[in-house]
Amino acid sequence: MPLPYYVSPEQMMQDKAEYAKKGISKGRSIIAVEYADGILLVADNPSASLYKISEIYDSIAFSGAGKYSEFESLRKAGIRHADLKGFMYSREDVTARSLANGYSQTLGTIFSQELKPLEVEILVAEVGQTGRPNELYRISFDGSIFDERGYAVIGGRSEALQGYLKEHYKAEGLTLKAGLALCSAALENITNQKLPLEGLEIATLERNRVGRKFRRILPAESRQILT
Amino acid sequence: MSSSRTLSDHDDSSFFDYLLHRRPDLVPGNRDWNGTANPLWDPNRPHQIPQPPHGTTVLALKYREGVVIAGDRRATEGFQIAGRQMEKVFKIDGYSAMAIAGTAGPAIEMVKLFQTELEHYEKLEGVQLSYEGKANKLGQMIKANLPMVFHGLIVIPIYVGYDHRRRDGRIFKYDITGGRYEESEYHAIGSGGKDARSTMREHYRKNLSEDETLKLALLSLYNAAEEDVGTGGPDLIRGIYPTAKVVNATGITDVEDQRVAMLYAELVAERKQEG
Repeated sequence: MPLPYYVSPEQMMQDKAEYAKKGISKGRSIIAVEYADGILLVADNPSASLYKISEIYDSIAFSGAGKYSEFESLRKAGIRHADLKGFMYSREDVTARSLANGYSQTLGTIFSQELKPLEVEILVAEVGQTGRPNELYRISFDGSIFDERGYAVIGGRSEALQGYLKEHYKAEGLTLKAGLALCSAALENITNQKLPLEGLEIATLERNRVGRKFRRILPAESRQILT
Repeated sequence: MSSSRTLSDHDDSSFFDYLLHRRPDLVPGNRDWNGTANPLWDPNRPHQIPQPPHGTTVLALKYREGVVIAGDRRATEGFQIAGRQMEKVFKIDGYSAMAIAGTAGPAIEMVKLFQTELEHYEKLEGVQLSYEGKANKLGQMIKANLPMVFHGLIVIPIYVGYDHRRRDGRIFKYDITGGRYEESEYHAIGSGGKDARSTMREHYRKNLSEDETLKLALLSLYNAAEEDVGTGGPDLIRGIYPTAKVVNATGITDVEDQRVAMLYAELVAERKQEG
């Protein structure tokens, strides 16, 4: 009689985590930093049409690293969640915290119940209004959620990037120009190569915009900002 | 499927379809009346339950650079005035606006749903729907409201916008079945719609300036208010004036109350002079 196939839960979780980490580490990185007028998101992304950063709601942005098909479906689910909530209640009732919790639940359930975990890392950012602070949530492949301050990094080289930002990030009066220069320098530093502005996907959540705060910054404009 | 997966078991860029699928109870026109007739519309006791508020006259005119859309502020419940400050002209997205006539509750709900629908599509797809696409979607939503029409809850909009592909302003009118018809010059709907159209027919010319068009819109509403009890004229005592928006290549701008008040002052002065 053959022995029943047995893997200890610890071993199984460890294998899944390794598998997911390996998938994510292959991808490029995304940085979010708080600056004077809001939140700046910068992704190392050579494609001009396949986005890694996107708008979820009035003051909420989403960013995903890892496997495109997986974070894209999470992005869409987030937009549906937010639009449904805003339609059912009111626009101001849509919050990044609730969305981040939803992602955490989804990723956590899939990680523990499905054979294959999702190879993604998610960043949810909300620009604070009327004196409230900004919120940055990082959700990893197993559903664990981190509440970040000042800056957050997801994707392949996140540890090295975090180290760089810890050293160079100064919260006080960071302008958009300085923030963009910092992010681009950080990405260049870890990839050891000059990144053209066309290779960066840039977006902001600007506190003082009326209505929808999310805005993409195209290469022509980012060049202008940096000069 | 586990509940975590239901988040992503829907793959469509339409919020309306998503709502139909996830929360059919929230879709306008899809309510379950439990098979009984709408109590608001019982022909045997028409006076026992008040009718819901109705919005009255709204109109739209094309001009040189785009479209002007305007509406009066009155809401009626039968022969009673239900509201003096109702807003009937709504911004839908950056380049289109909608004005409503008919039962106020479902109409405002439809506006909110349509706004969400367009924003939802834009966020999911990364591009805006074409103007034709938006107008067609609205037609489908009106069609979905058809069951409510048989309960007497009618919603009829005018939808205007700036079409970047054609580089022109456009006006669409609808019927209760969702039928969609383009107007090339102007249109008005609601209880005073016919009177407003008569005025516009007399004075409308192609390629009017923004000021001239706005003035004609306000004159048409003024005349409609004179002929129709449902339409509210300018309320000089309370300082309540019709609302208007201008849609062109640069986007949508609200016409300030002050500008409307000034144009009405001119209009009234002209009337007095004519005796």
